[in-house]
Amino acid sequence: MSLSNWIFLIIFIIAITFFAWSFRKRFRLLALGKAENRSGSVLKRCWNVVMYPFLQRCAINPAYRFGINHAILFWCFMVLLISNAEFLLKGIFSAIDFARLPNGAYFTLSLIFDIVSILALLAVILAVVRRLFFAPRYLPARSKDAFVILSMIAALMLAFFFMNGAEIGQGIERASTYMPISGFFASAFMNGASKTTLEILAAIFWWIHAIVLLSFLNYLPYSKHMHILTSIPNVYLRNLDGVSLQPREEFKKGNAYGVGQVNQFTSKNLMDSYSCTECGRCSDMCPANATQKHLNPRVVIHDIKVNLLKNGPDLVAGKQATLPLIGGKKEGSIEEEVLWDCTTCGACTAVCPVFIEQYPRILDIRRHLVQMESRFPEELLNFFENMESRSNPWGIAPTDRAKWTTTVQTKPFEINETEYLFYVGCFGSFDARSKQITLANARIFNAAGISWGILGKDELCCGDSLRRLGNEFIFDTMAQKNVKMFKDKGVKKIITQCPHCYTTLKNDYRQYGLEVEVIHHTELIDQLIKSGKLKIDGKVDLGKVVFHDACYLGRYNQIYDAPRKTVALATGKSPVEMERNHERSFCCGAGGGRMWLEEKVGKGINIERVEQALTKEPQTICVSCPYCMTMFEDGLKTKKMEDKVQVLDVAEIVNRAMKQS
Amino acid sequence: MLIVTCIKQVPDTTQVKIDPVTGNLIREGVPFIVNPFDTHALEESLRLKDKYGFHIAAISMGPPNTEFTLRKALSVGVDKAILLSDRVFGGADTLATSTVLAEAIKRLSQEEEVALVICGKQTIDGDTAQVGSGIATRLNYAQLTLVDKILSLDIKAKRITVRRKLEGYHEIVEAPLPALITVLREINHPRYPTVPMRLNAKETPITIWDNQFMKLQEESIGLKGSATQVRRIFSPERTKGEIVGNGTANPEEAAKLLIDKMVAKDIISV
Repeated sequence: MSLSNWIFLIIFIIAITFFAWSFRKRFRLLALGKAENRSGSVLKRCWNVVMYPFLQRCAINPAYRFGINHAILFWCFMVLLISNAEFLLKGIFSAIDFARLPNGAYFTLSLIFDIVSILALLAVILAVVRRLFFAPRYLPARSKDAFVILSMIAALMLAFFFMNGAEIGQGIERASTYMPISGFFASAFMNGASKTTLEILAAIFWWIHAIVLLSFLNYLPYSKHMHILTSIPNVYLRNLDGVSLQPREEFKKGNAYGVGQVNQFTSKNLMDSYSCTECGRCSDMCPANATQKHLNPRVVIHDIKVNLLKNGPDLVAGKQATLPLIGGKKEGSIEEEVLWDCTTCGACTAVCPVFIEQYPRILDIRRHLVQMESRFPEELLNFFENMESRSNPWGIAPTDRAKWTTTVQTKPFEINETEYLFYVGCFGSFDARSKQITLANARIFNAAGISWGILGKDELCCGDSLRRLGNEFIFDTMAQKNVKMFKDKGVKKIITQCPHCYTTLKNDYRQYGLEVEVIHHTELIDQLIKSGKLKIDGKVDLGKVVFHDACYLGRYNQIYDAPRKTVALATGKSPVEMERNHERSFCCGAGGGRMWLEEKVGKGINIERVEQALTKEPQTICVSCPYCMTMFEDGLKTKKMEDKVQVLDVAEIVNRAMKQS
Repeated sequence: MLIVTCIKQVPDTTQVKIDPVTGNLIREGVPFIVNPFDTHALEESLRLKDKYGFHIAAISMGPPNTEFTLRKALSVGVDKAILLSDRVFGGADTLATSTVLAEAIKRLSQEEEVALVICGKQTIDGDTAQVGSGIATRLNYAQLTLVDKILSLDIKAKRITVRRKLEGYHEIVEAPLPALITVLREINHPRYPTVPMRLNAKETPITIWDNQFMKLQEESIGLKGSATQVRRIFSPERTKGEIVGNGTANPEEAAKLLIDKMVAKDIISV
């Protein structure tokens, strides 16, 4: 080994040691989090790792075309990983050298590295130009971090070309004809230089390359580019269920509920915060962010990370946290308003390239605020009390639940007799407009001749809003009561007409041991038409119909096609899509308990969505959720368009298309 | 020093139905709630506790199931809950009720000096607003009714200043302690119990005082001690209303006519 080998070896050892130290320092903070079981489905998880990071399905998204630039950079990195491994090893042991390979292999590798390096350099330049001149609204474009990293990558590529160029100039590179870009650097910048100059230049650029490479490695744990290290495990540990369910709580004296301090998150939640690259796609998709609210899901995750880094060392040492997680004005502390802005529409988690779970963290903190501190917007007090004492949001007498039944034939649900329980829900039972949907559904079920029944005044609220608002304690008692009632009555199949009831009964109640078939009316109607039990003709003229996806039906439960097909059959033509549809759908603004909260900041989310619908110039807006119904009707009234555009539920459209027999 | 808060468990009146045949209230299956005004009385005592460090005792007279209401009080942070329950207390009107409550407060004051008794303005089942005043009279405490704000409380000088909300005006009054105040809903927003407090409240014992303990004369309590007797409960018959103006054609005119009518009948004042 030569002297320079020895010097490099020492630098290399220092750099690696420092990296390992930083890495350990950051990663032991993750151990502060609570344990969470994300094992199982190993094959599926591995497949995700192949698909998302390695094949870059994470970055490539038709809605974000620039993502392809990330994919190119990533693949270049993968290739250059080989070249850089050789580079580092050669720095220590000169004997390790690709040049010792047979010509065919060496020339191929040289060509590949040369081409890939210029691709990487171009990708970096494009990224810089985009950040400087064409930055999208959602991207925190001019962050120091981004430019440091991009400059480092650019420096690596340039050093690579200059180093190779200097060697080509000296005539000692036998693969020079296979290194067109390095060759270009040799002739363009180092033409005519003496052999000594070229030797010195080669050495200088070798050292620049070496130092930048080791600095890059050491910078990672201190920047948002930590995602290079954490996103692959993060994808592996992703939530594999369609819905991101909050865990049940054990209500026992001495327990704490929800998250009020950063170490109450799970380790996986904390790793989420390390995995964020600040791409801003979640901010772009967030309906609250789009309407100038305080909430920006990216910043929530960022604040969790900053909070962990600030408080983590103290917490590891058994000391008190100094930076509050909630309510502080500083970076690393989440404003309380932010936490109540979320509609839990799930758009953030659906779009995140590395499967960070943004909104569930907000719910964790809501649980703490409501249950440990009784801190929540004051308009929720009545709501919580109504739910607790009367099992509906408005505090209407429970005996009024079946009042809608006067104009349609209904039967109570009978044990061992009735096939389907029609779980009407609070809106369908009490809200004047939604009762029309209930009636439409009842008529459809009767016409199709299915066996169905209701619980009448014994029906209780499912508790969806309570759970999303963090009042798990009351939700828990309601869920237990409902599950017991369903089991006692021998309920096997439940029809819901509200996506919120749907997901709560189907997914949340599974945590309470309820294993029944839950079916949304749009699915059932689709089946009834298919099986020929329900006859409709496609002659209902509703003008141009636009379809709005309910978050809890679409993103939460992947029901996209059934309502569209049904509307197409009833009206004779497919409904028109809005700009944001399917998994990119834009929330109506009522989910996550927002239905019961004032919207004091920014533009109304429902107004924004109504405006999006109106750009399609519809005569009818078709919905599949009573919350969406209310929000759209209110929005149209505000826009003074209620006389020109009607809002109809899928069931109402079908009801109009039913053949009278 | 002690604050005593008097609370009552009442039927959830929004869920009370009238038997269409007999005209009687159907009480079966109607859930109970804490009298809404009393939740504000509780909250006000808790605020004084937070500020001055009083102890709070919540007392309630009623059947054994009144435990529900007292547990609610414990879950928001009262220190002790006392249930005044005995068959001989039953059937009491406001006079007999205030006799029992006053005696309980007297007994509490023997253990710890009472600074203040706080009651809700009235209950939503009886709606008389007489019990608070009755207690003050029996205890010979100053009575400050219809309070919508406590302006100051001087423990050393033993004085309290409050604002009373009366028809169309406010009155600021001062009284020596111990005093009894009855509060309006406007005085505060009741707090919501935290889960740990709820779980604690489940395990906190509730003291039950019966008449063996209270030793009140049977003639002064329960049905016997009541000056009023309920002869019959019925819902008043509604006479047919009238249509004022033409709301569809001219809503503004109709609204104006309606307001004038209500002013004339002294339903609202301008």
